[in-house]
Amino acid sequence: MRGNFAKITKILSAGVVAAGLLASASAKAAEDTIKVGILHSLSGTMAISETTLKDVMLMLIDEQNAKGGLLGKKLEAVVVDPASNWPLFAEKARELISKDKVAAVFGCWTSVSRKSVLPVFSELDNILFYPVQYEGEESERNVFYTGAAPNQQAIPAVDYLMSADGGSVKRWVLEGTDYVYPRTTNKILEAYLKSKGVPAEDIMVNYTPFGFSDWQTEVSAIKKFGSAGKKTAVVSTVNGDANVPFYKELGNQGVKAEDIPVMAFSVGEEELAGLDTGPLVGHLAAWNYFESIDTPANKKFIDDWHKFIKNDKRTTNDPMEAHYIGFNMWVKAVEKAGTTDPDKVIDAMVGVSVPNLTGGYSTMMPNHHITKPVLIGEIQADGQFEAVSQTPGLVMGDEWSDYLPDSKDLISDWRAPLSCGNFNVATGKCGGKGTN
Amino acid sequence: MLLLRAIGLMLLLTMAGLTPSKAAEADLRASIGKFATATGFSATEAVVRELAASGDPAVERPLSALTDGNLYIRKADSQVFVGKESGNSIELLDPLSGENAAEAAKADLTKIKVNNGLRRVIRDALGTLTLRARDASVRLAAAMTMFKTPDAANIEPLDAAIAAEIDPSVKALFEQARAASVLVSDKPEADKLAAISVVAARGDRDALSLLTSVEANARGAVKEAATAAIGKINATLAVWDAGQNIWYGISLGSVLLLAAIGLAITFGVMGVINMAHGEMVMLGAYTTFVVQQVIRTSFPGLFDWSLVIALPLAFLVAGLVGLAIERGIIRFLYGRPLETLLATWGVSLVLQQAVRTIFGPTNQEVGNPSWMSGSFDVGQLAITWNRLWILVFALAVFGVLLYVMKRTAWGLQMRAVTANRRMAASMGIRTPWVDALTFALGSGIAGIAGVALSQIDNVSPNLGRGYIIDSFMVVVFGGVGNLWGTLVGAFSLGIVNKFLEPYAGAVLGKIVVLVLIILFIQKRPRGLFALKGRAVEA
Repeated sequence: MRGNFAKITKILSAGVVAAGLLASASAKAAEDTIKVGILHSLSGTMAISETTLKDVMLMLIDEQNAKGGLLGKKLEAVVVDPASNWPLFAEKARELISKDKVAAVFGCWTSVSRKSVLPVFSELDNILFYPVQYEGEESERNVFYTGAAPNQQAIPAVDYLMSADGGSVKRWVLEGTDYVYPRTTNKILEAYLKSKGVPAEDIMVNYTPFGFSDWQTEVSAIKKFGSAGKKTAVVSTVNGDANVPFYKELGNQGVKAEDIPVMAFSVGEEELAGLDTGPLVGHLAAWNYFESIDTPANKKFIDDWHKFIKNDKRTTNDPMEAHYIGFNMWVKAVEKAGTTDPDKVIDAMVGVSVPNLTGGYSTMMPNHHITKPVLIGEIQADGQFEAVSQTPGLVMGDEWSDYLPDSKDLISDWRAPLSCGNFNVATGKCGGKGTN
Repeated sequence: MLLLRAIGLMLLLTMAGLTPSKAAEADLRASIGKFATATGFSATEAVVRELAASGDPAVERPLSALTDGNLYIRKADSQVFVGKESGNSIELLDPLSGENAAEAAKADLTKIKVNNGLRRVIRDALGTLTLRARDASVRLAAAMTMFKTPDAANIEPLDAAIAAEIDPSVKALFEQARAASVLVSDKPEADKLAAISVVAARGDRDALSLLTSVEANARGAVKEAATAAIGKINATLAVWDAGQNIWYGISLGSVLLLAAIGLAITFGVMGVINMAHGEMVMLGAYTTFVVQQVIRTSFPGLFDWSLVIALPLAFLVAGLVGLAIERGIIRFLYGRPLETLLATWGVSLVLQQAVRTIFGPTNQEVGNPSWMSGSFDVGQLAITWNRLWILVFALAVFGVLLYVMKRTAWGLQMRAVTANRRMAASMGIRTPWVDALTFALGSGIAGIAGVALSQIDNVSPNLGRGYIIDSFMVVVFGGVGNLWGTLVGAFSLGIVNKFLEPYAGAVLGKIVVLVLIILFIQKRPRGLFALKGRAVEA
């Protein structure tokens, strides 16, 4: 039976690969186009989040073609489906670069999928745009991080909760799904809170498995922790599907935002779409973009999106804006370099500045992270967020956290002559704990 | 003439009783008008405090509208209105009288923003203002807020309210709120000691929270009394915690039972390893979604009945899909478990992708009917309605299924075919049809489980994935082929899980449960309630 089971998994994965090959083979090859790879899961557990990003990329490419393409050529999207299967991400990335000869790839959502494709991108020397907020502690020459680093989301969010506006929170529950992003983020947050004088007994850290659906014990533990006479807040790095049952349980057990607010880093408009947000009004989220932001650029983006997807109920969210910024940056860098050759484009990328959707400009920094405003929003009864706080200026992404002992001396700068992703300012050497 | 004058006077008097006097009203309007010029939350908060300080019950309308995000400023003349959405435009109501004043498009209005801090301030302000409200539940809510936000200034209005109160349960809460306020005031020690015993008698987490902060700031006898009271409350709460774990375990068990009970038929009775079982649950949940969509657009009044309407439909949808799977695929694969496993796994992928294509990959919103929202307290135990109904529902489904299996002709045929197929066939039972109907029954039951699970979980194409492993675990642990085994298996796994969770955490708890099951299966390969006799070897 055991042997048979191994055989079954082998047959299954072979079947999935074959299906993927068929799909990509149908993409026709034409000489006078520039190919752009889209590496997002269209099936499996992550399809819920990633399918939208595939659609937004197709929309952006369509729009660019309508404007006359790039360097006089049309853009052509090559869509592959890595099926929420981490090793398959690496295979599909290799296929996009070596077989389809794409000029750049936009893709990945989970950190583990990004880690799985990193070696492929550095070996074959291509470009990946990664649009999701992540735990930091990484800077690669071939990757541009358009999502938020911890200091562009987690730290300002905690600062807000500590401020008078946020309720002067004194006691903290760090609730997360058990994988690399929440664990690293919580490690950074714990160090940060302690540096602000929060005693260890006022911090509670708890993890739950992926797709967790029975939150009764956790929510009652939060209520219990919150009844110690000090203002308590929950910082949630709970991921994906587990959020809906978590919020339903909070609502049912009567945890009100005025008493114990929940600040989430992975809950956007898409996640709220499956929820009755009536009992959740006032719970918070920290992002760099909200659909409710009232700017002309955002209004146009939402209108275009509704027209493209032919459904005016579909929401927009932060990773979509990240792709919007990343794609426009890439277009600008290719125009600047006059070629799509990845080496030249990578050099041209640093310093490129494009408008974002919240009324400002985002710039690519030498550490391959971008500048963004940080917004804190409260959930409204209509399932949207309303911004209640915004950082005064743009925040620059800090890849190596200053609050972790391992990384506080590291910086990255991909411009010549340094060209290093993990330069140790204490020892003056490139290297050290960089490869993570 | 005298008569006329008297009537006029009476009219004036009654009017004065109903609406604030002209001067006071003008003051209130002036204060409300300041919302238009207030920029930032702290400025808005100052206006709220000003309104609350007036002590006029009339400010309740604009303040509650503000908390709900329904207070608007008209851009043209900076007038403040309470807004009520009607279609694309917003109906504007006068903030004090509530009379219809005008109508405006959304673009011509600015919504006054609120945040949690502001909501808290308004809630506290409304607390003192609604102490004398006519509705007992409003007074109850006021007492609860005032207990949570004790303030020495509250003592006086509370004293007055206690004297006027007739409802004993509200009166008791008022007294607790008063005691809380006494504890933060500078009243003499004797008063505080009495207050501590009142608060301690309440015995819940809010009391604990209050006493902890009192203990930290007090000295002498008050501190000692607070410490003693905290110790006592903690001791009672520890007992309630154990009760809470059992309840959570039973509740998780009922979810497991619902998810597994259909599988207990297809896998337990028929021996088909059905990997598409979870997808039947998902189809049931999506049926609920479709039913609610139709109700929302065509018959909004029926929303509370949506689940009842969805139940038979979900049974039919999932049952028919199950029937099609059995007739189309599984009947060719009886006696070949590995091929069945692979084929049904494939079916599950097809069903998932089909749902993804039709409904989109994102979560769909399935609302909770009002009778399934919220919670009620039993002592210190908060029991949520949706969990309670799911438990009742799971037991009802189990009972009906047991009846069908043991007391009906169809159930008899089903068991006969399972026990000895050839013998049953010789007795004139059409075994292929019994197989098909049994599989359809198992699938249909998975479908109605989906209706219940849509209330607590995501309705997404991945819904079924989360339950398939747990379902197999329950059936194997309980003993294949035994419905009672499934029941006992589900509840014991649920309770063990919930007892481990507070100590080991959710991740480790789950691992420990899995290890325990592996050890148990090593010892008793046929599960808790093993079938005996010839059928086992067949």
